[in-house]
Amino acid sequence: MAAVQETVDRVKSVDVDAYKYGFVSDIESEKAPKGLNEDIVRFISAKKNEPVWLTEWRLEAYRLWLTMREPDWARVSYPRINYQDLYYYSAPKNSPGPKNLDEVDPELLRTYEKLGIPLREQEILAGVQERRVAVDAVFDSVSVATTFKAELAKAGVIFCPISEAVHSHPELVKKYLGSVVPVSDNYYATLNSAVFSDGSFVYIPPGVRCPMELSTYFRINEQNTGQFERTLIIADKGSYVSYLEGCTAPKRDENQLHAAVVELIALDDAEIKYSTVQNWYPGDSEGKGGIYNFVTKRGDCFGARSKISWTQVETGSAITWKYPSCILRGDNSRGEFYSIAISNGRQQVDSGTKMIHLGKNTTSRIISKGISAGRSNNTYRGQVLAQKRASNARNFTNCDSLLIGETCGAHTIPYIEAKNASAVFEHEATTSKISEDQLFYCMQRGLSAEEATALIVNGFVRDVLQQLPMEFAVEAQKLISISLEGSVG
Amino acid sequence: MIEIRNLHAEIDGKKIINGLSLIVKDGEVAAIMGPNGSGKSTLSYVISGRVGYEVTGGEILLNGESILEMNAAERASKGVFLAFQYPLEIPGVTTMTFLKACLNAQRKSRGEAELTTPDFIKRVKTGADKLGVPQEMLRRALNVGFSGGEKKRMEVLQMSLLEPTFAILDETDSGLDIDALRIVSEGVNALRDPKRSFLVITHYQRLLDYIVPDTVHVMSKGQIVKTGGKDLALELEANGYRDYVGEAA
Repeated sequence: MAAVQETVDRVKSVDVDAYKYGFVSDIESEKAPKGLNEDIVRFISAKKNEPVWLTEWRLEAYRLWLTMREPDWARVSYPRINYQDLYYYSAPKNSPGPKNLDEVDPELLRTYEKLGIPLREQEILAGVQERRVAVDAVFDSVSVATTFKAELAKAGVIFCPISEAVHSHPELVKKYLGSVVPVSDNYYATLNSAVFSDGSFVYIPPGVRCPMELSTYFRINEQNTGQFERTLIIADKGSYVSYLEGCTAPKRDENQLHAAVVELIALDDAEIKYSTVQNWYPGDSEGKGGIYNFVTKRGDCFGARSKISWTQVETGSAITWKYPSCILRGDNSRGEFYSIAISNGRQQVDSGTKMIHLGKNTTSRIISKGISAGRSNNTYRGQVLAQKRASNARNFTNCDSLLIGETCGAHTIPYIEAKNASAVFEHEATTSKISEDQLFYCMQRGLSAEEATALIVNGFVRDVLQQLPMEFAVEAQKLISISLEGSVG
Repeated sequence: MIEIRNLHAEIDGKKIINGLSLIVKDGEVAAIMGPNGSGKSTLSYVISGRVGYEVTGGEILLNGESILEMNAAERASKGVFLAFQYPLEIPGVTTMTFLKACLNAQRKSRGEAELTTPDFIKRVKTGADKLGVPQEMLRRALNVGFSGGEKKRMEVLQMSLLEPTFAILDETDSGLDIDALRIVSEGVNALRDPKRSFLVITHYQRLLDYIVPDTVHVMSKGQIVKTGGKDLALELEANGYRDYVGEAA
């Protein structure tokens, strides 16, 4: 496959430890003072001119957070985070909010250009891309640009920074914010509720099929700054939307905290497809630096026959703590989770999903592919639960782990519980290694060790890659090879 | 032409090849026969550059050039091909994808342009038709769920696409019924060429009825202990290896 070849070329062109997106942009920023207290929460809320109810919502979350303990059940270890040593708000100066693209700081546009994210619509239109993608670009704590807004508005689709939606569509934000991930949900989600900065808001009206892919691109730039974005997607009855999320950060020696919350709501017959290619800085091969990715993502299949599908390709972050989940509330609703989690170097991944069957005839499907290399540890943690009312709940889980080398670990921890006797849950799991026989066979046919590994790994993750939108799949394929660079030989 | 001079090789410190010398000229089909454990498969791995098979002495020259310092992929690009006794499964990688990746990797390594997709597909289709490999098989993951005969046919198809100058067939007849054996052998015979040499490793004379060798070598304890024409194979079939095995020291 050409993509394999291309990946390998790219792998060869970078040094070991090289993280392509590790550059720092020189952009003046405005920050809140370091540390966290009620004044900081008020400061953030005031910066965004928020209504009183939202300020109070944040403060309530903050007070609750003070009483909570950081979870320690995940199979990851890291030094205690000093939450008073972080900045909770950072915004590029002179860019208080999204506006006309012509007014956006050219340095910011260059940053996204360097990342391969086109923000100028005319350039996108002039390009050879067959499909257009509307982008919301979030830089540190604020959204800096959102493309194709006018065209989307014609279809009735609302796609804007959540800070803007608070003002333009307060009734929707008030109704749904915290409805899937409640303020009290967990330590990081509660923290996020108190200090969330920006993120994307999407509303698809009844019966509308969103005319293009929507995408948010997150970039952490500032040092010692936590990123706490909040994404809220509502698909009204009979609508459809496909949403992509990408993320990168500069190479820094200190760890950076990313604690996002994503809430999806699908009403009757609606479908949401949410894809992530997570490529935060993973730290160097000795485990120095890298992003702590403590993220809460949950979808509520609220309506009958609704469907939510999560697809994730996780290659970055020093530590990943993330379980995109589905609450199958509506009868006949369906949840899907497709995941590729790759760990190399000293990365630690504890990721998986939860499928909570509440409605009748609900179905869920979990396909998880974990690949461990280097000295990394990769844990799949997944819960499948059928409540009493969930008659005829069905789940199929397939959980495969691939080990490369002798010093990495793969762990599978399923939690399966059926409170309704008619539930049928299937769980398959395998752990394998790339065998020397396979490598030799490929090399005997002319492939280098790296090419052979890339090919075998791509085969291993094929089921999941097929779930990604085309251009994302190609990108993901390249990313996989780069992430595994140096793992053979 | 491949020339092996006084080759010594070991695995995990255990000597398997003990001063083996062998020449296979351009256009020649040489057979190696010998009892289990005589080092036949090891020889094929040493020639093709498998990691862990350490050459402790001697030389292997392919068309006059030493290949000992090259890794398996480099040797493959130079024209060494090994048809495996047990071809490996590569789950999730379609046969087409695999063939294209290998072919282009070799071409690139030789400084040749990559094949265009239509050109590639044409070549594969022509090769597959000759071997009776159905198109549907090319869309399946490589060797996954293939029968023994299908796997061996796939090895020959790969050989025909990669156009090696020196091909080793390691027990290609194992696990094949008579019909499959005939198809595979015809595939190999079609590739016989004045510029291509073959080393056919087999236990049984049966294969040599289909792929008729120019020379037959008997291997025992990591050495060639007897060399003859195709009649030698018949003699071995009748009398067994005992006359020759004792000669090696």
